[in-house]
Amino acid sequence: MALGGDARVGEVVESSSTGFVSQSYRLYGAPHLGALVRTGGPCPAYGVVHEVATRGIDPSRRPTARGEGEASEEDVYRSNPQLEHLLRTDFRAVIVGHASEGGTLYHLPPSPPPIYAFVHVCVADELSAFSASTDCLRLLAGSGIAALEEVVAAFLRHAVAAQPDPQAFLAGAGRQLAALIPGDFRTVESILLRAAP
Amino acid sequence: MTYRESSGRYLGVVVGGSMTRGVDVRLSPDCPVEEMALGQHVVIQGQSRRFYGVITDIALEWSDDSIRANPPDTSNPLIAGVVATSAAYAMLRVLPMLAIEGEFAMLDGPAPARTVPPHFAPVRLASEEDVQVVFGAEDSRHFWVGNPLDMETRVCLDLEEFVTRSNGVFGKSGTGKSFLTRILLAGILQKSAAVNLVFDMESEYGWMGTSEGTGMVKGIKQLFPSRVGVFSLDEDHSRRRGVSPDYLLRVGYNQIEPGDIDLLRENLGLSEVAADAAYSLARHYGQERWVRSFLDVSGPEMRELAADLNVNERALSTLHNRLSRFRRYDFMTERESDESVEEILRYLDRGIHVVLEFGRHRHDLSAYMLVANLLTRRIHERYVRRKEEAMGDASREPRPLVITIEEAHRFLSREVASQTTFGNIAREMRKYNVTLLVVDQRPSGIDEEVMSQLGTKLVCLLDNERDVDAVTAGTYGARELRSVLSRLDSKQQSLVFGHSVPIPVVLRVRDYGTAESYRELGFLEASEMRRQMERDADDLFGGRD
Repeated sequence: MALGGDARVGEVVESSSTGFVSQSYRLYGAPHLGALVRTGGPCPAYGVVHEVATRGIDPSRRPTARGEGEASEEDVYRSNPQLEHLLRTDFRAVIVGHASEGGTLYHLPPSPPPIYAFVHVCVADELSAFSASTDCLRLLAGSGIAALEEVVAAFLRHAVAAQPDPQAFLAGAGRQLAALIPGDFRTVESILLRAAP
Repeated sequence: MTYRESSGRYLGVVVGGSMTRGVDVRLSPDCPVEEMALGQHVVIQGQSRRFYGVITDIALEWSDDSIRANPPDTSNPLIAGVVATSAAYAMLRVLPMLAIEGEFAMLDGPAPARTVPPHFAPVRLASEEDVQVVFGAEDSRHFWVGNPLDMETRVCLDLEEFVTRSNGVFGKSGTGKSFLTRILLAGILQKSAAVNLVFDMESEYGWMGTSEGTGMVKGIKQLFPSRVGVFSLDEDHSRRRGVSPDYLLRVGYNQIEPGDIDLLRENLGLSEVAADAAYSLARHYGQERWVRSFLDVSGPEMRELAADLNVNERALSTLHNRLSRFRRYDFMTERESDESVEEILRYLDRGIHVVLEFGRHRHDLSAYMLVANLLTRRIHERYVRRKEEAMGDASREPRPLVITIEEAHRFLSREVASQTTFGNIAREMRKYNVTLLVVDQRPSGIDEEVMSQLGTKLVCLLDNERDVDAVTAGTYGARELRSVLSRLDSKQQSLVFGHSVPIPVVLRVRDYGTAESYRELGFLEASEMRRQMERDADDLFGGRD
């Protein structure tokens, strides 16, 4: 598969077979919830962002309030330029597949992405190609992450925008979800209602 | 000729089931459940053989219990589309009936299925070619009776097989029994499979019958004028309908036997004692004279006669009273030789089919039963004698005869079937070359043993539980057939199962009553007949220059 342009957003700072945590280069610059990201090589792993968190770089020191005398929230950051370096934005992704010479495989890569691997956001053609098969939902739906419904719906919202026939795509995804989440059509229904454009 | 993979519509895959219950088929989401119908034929492609089966149930299933309590919002087309293809789905129950092995099935033909297809075997609706492999093409012995629902393929009955056993046409009144019977009679005529003797109660088969929807239709005499003889009990009635009967039938008092009275016991409202008295009377007066002499007895003589015979006087006078009804029958004469029976036999021997019309007596069941029983007994006796005399020499055997009776449960009820000729004929099958075509709306009234001997049953809509039980008893897949049976259309549809079809089939019975339908049965209009004769003459004497 042709890999997309260089929409580099961060680096892997924690990695395992099923997911990775990346630090965003820019404070608050993490990809959106449900975005498809790619990292590592030669078999790049694809992940879906399921948690974005911003906190102080020193976990023992909680940020203190600074804006009492400021007119706006933006002014807080302007007046304290060091904040950009004292705070960091991390995002977690669950691995949903990987690329290989033969194309996209919707199962876990043989090894997790290395630490410091660059993380890219997949857009347009790459996203459309990855989500062309409803198998792309298999690892995500079975991942047991928190707020699963929300993340799946968010992923579908991104994917549907890249598909030539959104209705057919959603119907196919719905059937796949019904098979992946057996005995709970309510959940499938609520995901679809949130994913529909 | 090889048998290609079925080209019928893909329905789904086998997901479970058993030989006795039938296999479960998960209907593919692309196949709307509304387009499925009970009784439709399907083929299931196993690994080494193809199974041929019938849809016996259609069910709506679900994989998620919560959607039953809280149905999803199907006003949203996306949700409706997804739920209909995932959590809520349809299942078919298919009873595998036949297995067709190998590529050369066209030659080998199907055999009864003794196992089930494997898991996930693909299931398709039977294509025209599949149906033809199973039912055979129309030829000199296969007669086209109708088409499977939603198909143009012709389903054929093997008539030579058909006439070797007694058969039944059943259905509520107004569901097309006569229509179907007329087609069967025409088929037997067309294929010369046997000769018919029809006890035509309502004058529907010989000359002009009525058919709901299309009005008047031609009788078999009109279709095959030279091969059918119309006998009548009521000349006036026949003439009023524009038919000149070939023979006017008469019945003599001397021909009535006590057994005939036994058969009529229920009809005449006689007690067992009264009916038994007939035997005493026959002993007393002699077989030839007993009815006539007994009817002449009056008043005080009755008491003396009762004392002589040692029967209850009241029973005797009831019998007298009931038999007096026979005086109203103008077809009864003092004395008749067996000329009528001989005449019928002469017709049958020449291959001419006989339809007996009852005219104004059609509403009198006693007259119908009396005449039918009396004639059949005598004809059957002749057939038995001639068959025995032929001693296996096929050329001397009498032609196979099919006797059609209506209101058959009266002749074949549990109480009388063991004694009547009809009961004997039904039980002994082809032994004496005589079989029955019983036409009836109350099959539950027919003796079980007789029902079990019927070879092929053609059943129109029946909705009485006991009737449905009676026709399906002892058949493989009886429970499944029952559900098919009670869902038949009330017009021109029939479930056919038994000896002469390889698999139960729901038919849209072929047309009868249009010019084209007559032509297909072999009827030629006068002008065509003339042309045909000219052609024949040319063939015979050489063409004219």
